[in-house]
This record gives sequence, C-alpha cells and structure tokens, in this order.
Amino acid sequence: MGQIVRYIQSYLHSDLTPGAAGNMFWALVYIMLVFVGLSVAVIAMNWLERKILAHMQVRLGPMRVGPHGLLQPIADAIKLLLKEDIMPAEADGLIFWVAPFVVVLAAFTVFVVVPFGPTHAITDMNIGILFMLGVSSLSVLGIVMAGWASNSHYPLIGALRSSAQMVSYEVAMGLAVVSAILMTSLNAEGTGTLSMIGIVQAQQAQHEWFIFKFFPLGLVAFFIFAVAMVAETNRAPFDLAEAESELTAGFHTEYSGFRWSLFFLAEYSAMIAVSSIAVTLWLGGWLRPFPNLLSNSTWDRVFSLFPGVTFLFFAAICFYNAARMPKHPLFRIQTVGLAGFGIVLGLIGVILFIPVVSIRVQDIFWFAAKVAGFMYMYIWYRGTFPRYRFDQLMQMGWKVLLPMGLGVLVLTASVALLQEKLWHP
Amino acid sequence: MTDQNSSLSHLDLETPEKPFLDANELVINMGPQHPATHGVLRVILRLDGEKVLGLECVIGYLHRGVEKIGEHRTYTMFNPYVDRMDYVAAVSNGLGYCETVEKLLNVEAPPRAQYVRVILTELNRIASHQLWLGTHALDIGAITPLFYTFRDREEILKIYEKYCGARLTTHAFRIGGLQYETYAGFEKDVKNFLDFFRPKIDEYEELLTTNRIWVERTKNVGNISAQDCIALGVTGPVLRASGVKWDLRKAQPYANYKNFDFDIPIGQNGDTYDRYLVRMAEMRQSVRIVQQAVYALPEGPIMAKVPKVMKPPVGEVYHSIEAPKGELGYFIVSDGSTQPYRVRVRPPSFVNLQALDVMCRGQLVADVIAVIGTLDIVLGEVDR
Repeated sequence: MGQIVRYIQSYLHSDLTPGAAGNMFWALVYIMLVFVGLSVAVIAMNWLERKILAHMQVRLGPMRVGPHGLLQPIADAIKLLLKEDIMPAEADGLIFWVAPFVVVLAAFTVFVVVPFGPTHAITDMNIGILFMLGVSSLSVLGIVMAGWASNSHYPLIGALRSSAQMVSYEVAMGLAVVSAILMTSLNAEGTGTLSMIGIVQAQQAQHEWFIFKFFPLGLVAFFIFAVAMVAETNRAPFDLAEAESELTAGFHTEYSGFRWSLFFLAEYSAMIAVSSIAVTLWLGGWLRPFPNLLSNSTWDRVFSLFPGVTFLFFAAICFYNAARMPKHPLFRIQTVGLAGFGIVLGLIGVILFIPVVSIRVQDIFWFAAKVAGFMYMYIWYRGTFPRYRFDQLMQMGWKVLLPMGLGVLVLTASVALLQEKLWHP
Repeated sequence: MTDQNSSLSHLDLETPEKPFLDANELVINMGPQHPATHGVLRVILRLDGEKVLGLECVIGYLHRGVEKIGEHRTYTMFNPYVDRMDYVAAVSNGLGYCETVEKLLNVEAPPRAQYVRVILTELNRIASHQLWLGTHALDIGAITPLFYTFRDREEILKIYEKYCGARLTTHAFRIGGLQYETYAGFEKDVKNFLDFFRPKIDEYEELLTTNRIWVERTKNVGNISAQDCIALGVTGPVLRASGVKWDLRKAQPYANYKNFDFDIPIGQNGDTYDRYLVRMAEMRQSVRIVQQAVYALPEGPIMAKVPKVMKPPVGEVYHSIEAPKGELGYFIVSDGSTQPYRVRVRPPSFVNLQALDVMCRGQLVADVIAVIGTLDIVLGEVDR
C-alpha cells in the first residue's frame, strides 16, 4: 500500500509530463481529465455557438431549457442518446458501424500530446507535432467510410469532397507547420524539435512567439495554417462536405442518434485540436501574453490573477442576468438556477486565487483562453461567410495556399540561415 | 427544337452531353424534400462527378388546380385564391387579377385606390426581394442575411396586417378599387418604413456585394444570354440582368405607374451576380416609387362603381403586370355569366424555371443551388 502511495507521490515533484515520467497512474488521471474536459468543452461550445451565432443574427438562440438555454446541450444529448438507431437497409453494416468511432478516435487521440502546460500534457513525444498531424488526418478515413457505407448519393459526394479537401489542405498546412518548426532550431545548438512542449519552450527561450518571428513570415505562416485548419475541420466557409443546402448533411446524412452525435463530438474536438496546434506553434502555447514587455514579478502577480478574475466575471454576468430575470413565479426556478450557476463559477474563481492553485492552473488558463479565441473565430466565420464552391476551394488550396506555404518555408529557411551565418557567425 | 431557324436551335437541347472519358454518369434526385429547392421542386440531375450534364425539373407537387377552381367561382370569389399562387408576393397577384377583371368590366379604380395599390404592391416587391435575398444567400452558405432580411420584412408585413388584417395572403384589393380605407397613420407608417429601410439595403450590400466568396460564387454562374432569355420567355429581373430593358411598368404602364419617376436597373452579363445587383437596385427603385406615391396620395373615393353581381360582357382579355419575379399575366375568357369560362395564369416563376437547364449545363452541383436561388421561384406559383 505504502509503495502505491509512494509511486503516486513520486510524480508530484517531477517537472515532466506523466507520460514522459513513466507514471501510469497520473497518466490515467490526465487522460480522464482531458477526456472529461474535452467533453465539457464540446458541450459548452455547442451552447456558445448557438448563442453567439444567434446574437450575430439578431435572434435569441436557445432560451427555454434552463436559464438562457444553459441546459439545452444536455437536453440535446439526452434526445440524441434516446433516439432510435437507424441504419439504411442497403448500408454496409460493419463499416457503417465503425466509421463514427474511427472519426472520434482520431479526434480524441491527438490530445495525447497537446501541451496545456510544461507538465500538463498526457505525454511529451519527441515527434509530437507529427503525431498530431498524422492522427488528425486519419479522421478523413472515417468520413470516407461513412460516406461509402451509407450507400447513398449525397453522403458519397460529401465524403468525396471532404477527402479531397482534407488531403489537399494538409499539404499547405504541413508547409506552414514546417516553417514554424524551422524556427525552433534558432538556438545556440541549432537543434530544432518536433515536441509540442519543446516548441513552446523554444518560443520561451527566444522571447518571441513565432507569429511575430521574422515579421511578417511567421504571421503569413500562421495565416496559412489558420485558413487550412478551417478547411481541415470542414467548417464554414469550407463546409462543403456537409453543405446543408446542397447535400442535405453530407457524409452523415444517413446517421442519426448516437452515431450522429459521435460525428458532432468529433467535429468539435477536431476544431479544438487544430486550434491547439495553432496556439502551440505560433501563439506561445501556455505562455501568458506580453512576456517581454511586462516581465517583472509584479506583472507575473497581476497576470496570475487573470484565471480567478475571469471566473468571477462570468459569475457576475450570471448574477446580473439572474437579477434581470422577470419577477414571475414561473421564472423562479430559472432565476435560482442561474444564481446557483453563478455561485459555482464564483467559488471556482475564488479557489483560483489561492496561490498554490493559481500557479498550477495559469498555464492551462492561458492555453484554454487562446484556444477559446480560435473557437470564437470559427463561429464568427460561420456567421459571416458564404460557402466556397468545390473547385474554388481546390484552387485556393493548391494555387494560393500551397505556393504561399512554399514561399514562406523557403524565405524562413533563408532568413534563418542568414541570421546564423551573418549576424551570429 | 430541331428547326434551324428557331432561335433555340443553338441550345441543342435534344443531344445530351456525354460524361468525360465515358465515365459513369451519376443521376441524383434533388428534392422534392430538399432544403434548397424552395419548396417542393424536384430536380433530376445527371452528373459527371460534380459537373452537371443536364437536369430535368419535375413539378406539380404543389398543384392545387387554381385555374380550374376559377371556373367554378364568381369573379369576386376567385380573388382570394390568386393570393395563394405566389404567396410571398400576394399583393402583386391580387393587383394583376383585379386589373384584368376591371379591364374586362371596363371600369377603372379611382385615383386614391390606384395610389394605395402602387404603395402596397411596391412594398410587396421589396418584401419579395428580401425573402429572395435571404434564401438565396442561405443557399450559398451565408446564413446571416436571412435573419436581417426577415427582421426588416416584418415591418412591411406589419403595415399589411394593420391595413387588411393579413400578413401573407392579404387579399388587399377588390375588383374596382379597395375594400378598406387606409387606417389612421398609414402614411406615417409607410414613411417611417422608408426611412428605416434605406440604410438596411446598404447593410445587406455590405454583407454581400464586395464579399469575395459571394462574388466568386455568383460571378459567371448560371449565365444566360438575352437571346436565350427572350427565346425561353424569361422575364423579370432575370431578363433585365441579361441586358434587356424590359419592365412592364414602363413598357405597358398599368395602374398609375406612368405618374412615377423611376429607373429600370439592368445588368450586362446575365450571371447570378448581375441578377443580385439588379434586384438590389430594384429594391431602391421601389423605395423611390413608394416615396413618391405616399407623398402624393390623393383624397377621394376608393371604389369605382362596380355591379354587385358581376357579369362581364362576353369576350376575352389578357392583362399582365410586372410582378417581383417577372411578367404575371392573366387571361380570362368570359361567357357573360357570373363565373369566368376560363382563367389562365401566366406565372413568371413557371416560365423562368424553364431556363434552369440552360443555365446549369456544365456548371457544378453547387451552382445549381445558386441558380435555383437566383431564379427566385415560388413553387406555389409554378404549380398553381
């Protein structure tokens, strides 16, 4: 017994990720935490997307289930789970059954290497970014399987579009990623890294996020990635695979209930995954903003208050809206519910002010905040842009983004070489 | 079709295009239950991958036999039925029908009624174009304009509701004039709407006109030449976007359109983008017309002398108006009884829909959606 406790405790003072330290117990704990956190994030994202989109479109969005529709995603989840599981008579049963799991598996597995903090990742692979790109592109397999197994025209066209799109945008995406990885090698030893944690540490060591590196090269590479990642996740304006007005629902037209919800889950976790890649590569991962400009310990203290303040701010919004609720007996339960939700958020906020907690949570907070920024952009795109046509999408991938990516890669390499040879001989 | 002298011969509609390299062609059935076919249109698409080799429209899913019903109703009783054809432009339908019967009876609505008719019809044109814009943009993937247009269309529907109690199938006009005097504050409401609406057109245009994706999706999509338009009988904004300056409000002035000063916006290329621009400009022109009409609204009677029991003289009459979607014509044959012997409607959507095949050949599947949207069809009118 004591041995087990010691095994568990041995990790606590380690400065490695549990996977890298070889501690199975903590690795499992982290896996559970990531899984639960991701599911909660997807649920929250569901509500936020509907709300934000609704407010962009002069409507209210969900308002009925729970205060301001807060329980809507839960109601939806219950509805989806209770729905009859329909499989088309002509479908290829096994493949039809496996396809959603392949997609979900690909979307979730990438989180093994996502660095929420220097020690807050399930594991630290030395090929982290490669692993992430590789596994996330497996989801196209699941999409093709779903489209093919449905044995129906619309899903087939949707799957074909989707596979062509994902494959072609991965090229541009890869080139952008390579140019960022090149930047990691700009140190005294000249050794680059593919490790997700290593990439962020390189940005820390160079005192510069890669988005600002070799301005504007880093920015252009980031831009290429930011466009390609929207295409990669099949979201508006590149949501051709599930273009509602053309293909009803694309590759998952024939899916319903739980299987459909798996595709939904996969889509949103893939969005979070690619956003995490972007954050890690260009936006300094878990590093707080302005690390150079405002770099003394007072500023450290100020920035460490952010997580708690954010939660208190959310709590304040809840209380404000609870106070604004109509004073009618029918709204009593909603008012109490919203206030209760606010109290929970407030408590979390207060806990986050405790220095021991706040130091450990900071990294995760900044990472999550940056990813949340990307999520907001995703929703914003959806509210703003019409949908690209298939050939235009391909043209953009191959004729615009790919040459741009190549150019950025070559320029980044040349500038890095020049810097090394000329300025630091 | 095969006649070399026919202006349609160059379209060569009889010989289907072959798929590239003898690949299998894919036949897809789009509709009648499909989010982008604007109701119950069924389109059978023959595809080579994503390219459209040809298509065939199957209509009639919303057929209610409006024309046949007309033969069993008196002239007055048939009036509300025409609202159900193009249900997003019910007022225009009503105007066309009332004017046709008036022509048959040889009566004319008094000036005040004419002005109110013009106001309501032009407001209806704006409402119809707003609905078109919202759904067209939605089909192309921009969801937000839909909610903006519906928000603003609501103001027009409120005016209708106040005027005649109905929002959609208004039955606003009667043969010989109007049944209801305008409500107190009608003019103020209309003026307020105009002030409210002018900046809103800019708002829609801001979202779309220079939007790169929108321009790419609509430029050179669904081109149709003026020649083809005329050959197929296509009218309305689709014809005007191809460069033909043909608007019945100017060409054969009806109601009292000759009193108003307005332009006919035309396009050059006959593509989806030009049709978009033409309709946007038409909304501005409609605002201009309503503006002039509401400030010049005369006092006076609203109903001409029309017999209680209408028995038009034996004869036939064709009268057409410029509905929001094109030329809306009524052909009525009277046998001297209280009921028409035959009512034939020439609906713009039905005729314009013929152009779908010509416009979609060689385009991609996504363009079919854009073209269906840009034709601005209402299935209630296509099928009647």
